[in-house]
Amino acid sequence: MSPQAIVDGLVAGSMIGLGAIGVTLTYSILRFANFAHGEFIAWGAYFALALVSVLGIGMEPLGPFSFGWLLPLAAIVAAVLAGGLAILLDRLLFSSFRARGSATIIMVIASFGASMALRALLEFVFTSKPVYFTRELQIAVRFGGGLRATPDQILMLATTVVLVVAIHLLLTRTAIGRQMRAVSENPVLARVAGVDVGKVVRTVWFLGGALAAAAGVMAGLLVQIRPYMGFDLLLPLFAAAILGGIGSVPGAILGGIVVGLCEALAVQTIGAEWRAAAAFAVLTAVLVLRPQGLFGKARR
Amino acid sequence: MIDLLGYGAFFLTIALSYAIICLGLNVQWGQAGLFNVGVAGFVAIGAYVSGLLTTPALAGRVGGFSLPIPIGWAAAMVAGAVLSYALGWLTIRLRSDYLAITTFGFAVTAQLAALNLERLTGGPFGMSFIPRPFSAFAADPLRFGLFNLGLVALVLLAMFLAVERLSSSPFGRVLRAIREDETAAVSLGKDAKHFRLKAFALGGALMALGGAVQAHFIGFIAPDNYLPLLTFQVWTMLIVGGSGNNLGAVVGAVVVWALWAVSASAIGALVPADQQARGASLQIVLIGVALCVILLLRPRGLIGERRTISRFADGRGDTRWRRLRRPDR
Repeated sequence: MSPQAIVDGLVAGSMIGLGAIGVTLTYSILRFANFAHGEFIAWGAYFALALVSVLGIGMEPLGPFSFGWLLPLAAIVAAVLAGGLAILLDRLLFSSFRARGSATIIMVIASFGASMALRALLEFVFTSKPVYFTRELQIAVRFGGGLRATPDQILMLATTVVLVVAIHLLLTRTAIGRQMRAVSENPVLARVAGVDVGKVVRTVWFLGGALAAAAGVMAGLLVQIRPYMGFDLLLPLFAAAILGGIGSVPGAILGGIVVGLCEALAVQTIGAEWRAAAAFAVLTAVLVLRPQGLFGKARR
Repeated sequence: MIDLLGYGAFFLTIALSYAIICLGLNVQWGQAGLFNVGVAGFVAIGAYVSGLLTTPALAGRVGGFSLPIPIGWAAAMVAGAVLSYALGWLTIRLRSDYLAITTFGFAVTAQLAALNLERLTGGPFGMSFIPRPFSAFAADPLRFGLFNLGLVALVLLAMFLAVERLSSSPFGRVLRAIREDETAAVSLGKDAKHFRLKAFALGGALMALGGAVQAHFIGFIAPDNYLPLLTFQVWTMLIVGGSGNNLGAVVGAVVVWALWAVSASAIGALVPADQQARGASLQIVLIGVALCVILLLRPRGLIGERRTISRFADGRGDTRWRRLRRPDR
């Protein structure tokens, strides 16, 4: 594997990992695989894009980067909006299923329908034409040993590290984090112990949506923005979340990086057209060899 | 008038081929409670397997054995059954939505294979010259359409009767018992895994057959026919018709396909030509919202499953969440 493929894999893997954190949190706390999670990625990217193109200022390249001061601000606003979108979707759809005790699988079907509708709505508003935050060209920095990365890529990797550490601290060191873990273990017992389950559910959706938006803005900056960008990431997200072990944030990010590296390896050895099959191969291997994932607890 | 009849036959033939696929989904979901998000993948496998066996040989392409159509259809069913058995075996011992994720991945990979294995599948250009039944009558479109409609209706009827018989047999009862309460069924000595795998394989075989029937009716297949949209359409058909009821699956297929065709032609007529792509995405938004609304308001669908369990038994669900219900609901 060439050093360049490692850089590409790490960058793709950190985007997958950020999305997978949301998948793994909703899965462990709300107990269903949310097929609409990819749409938060795409919606996040389009929120930021809409903001940047409406304001039309602040995108002159800043230092070595290809974008201006507005993009980080737009990314924060987009993260808040995508978090709100996730909470809204839960309020409109999933909360009713929880209230009436519907089967997990009904929620999975509903999330599948919601994902189709949300994505088609993006296509309706923005059409399916790929768009970009910026058309600036970037010159890669050489690190020796054939390793090259653009300043944008390095910044994205650093941002991912910061976000993951922040989420990890939130989950392990704060009251809401402890409450989230309590609900994940046993919602009834958590409620008896005085945990505000509704607040925990809203927090989970908000975090998942906001992190997905962060991944979406990164993907938009480094690759391109299209309505299908989130849906195409869905399989890698699931593979990463399952590989890492459902409920584990470090597992999700590590799983994302493994999937990203496998994709880069597949592109190098087999060909770029088979990239999407790499995630399926990882998923199959995990399910055969270690279905509870790297950091997951073994359960029935 | 003749035109209308011809279009009606064409429309119904496609709708009934969807009904075969929907029937397969009903065996998996409605009877056994197994969630397949890769319907498009199994349909594609059926179409391509039958296509490979029955098309004439072509320079530069592997396959093309010019076998008779029934052999192609039978092979499609075998391939669908074997593949779904293998995927089921991989995930059936795990949590229920792992199967959903795995089938989703399978469909993505199957579409990718159809696109990239150019020597086998024709790649993005698709596979043409798939023999059409009654092609001797092709000169007379009406007769050709009616004969094909009759054939597809016959295939559907045979499959419908077989599945109906199966759901009222001991096998079907065990499947429903496992779906409703796996622990109880297992405690009565039923090998849940074994029964579910069989149901999953049977459903996969039906989906592949539906795919093959469609491929032979149109005479041409391409990877773009097997996008996740297809999975979504078939799911909507089953939910609208009423999961658990075989007749519901057939009715749902015809109703949803009719709505789809009507809304598509309405968009074609009303929306200006340069905005057609937008109109098409609006169509998907509407169907997606409709699916969620039906799940919320009328989860049993148009027809729904005949209640065969005690009327005192509550539905099903994750009991940990169910107990969280407020007592006033």
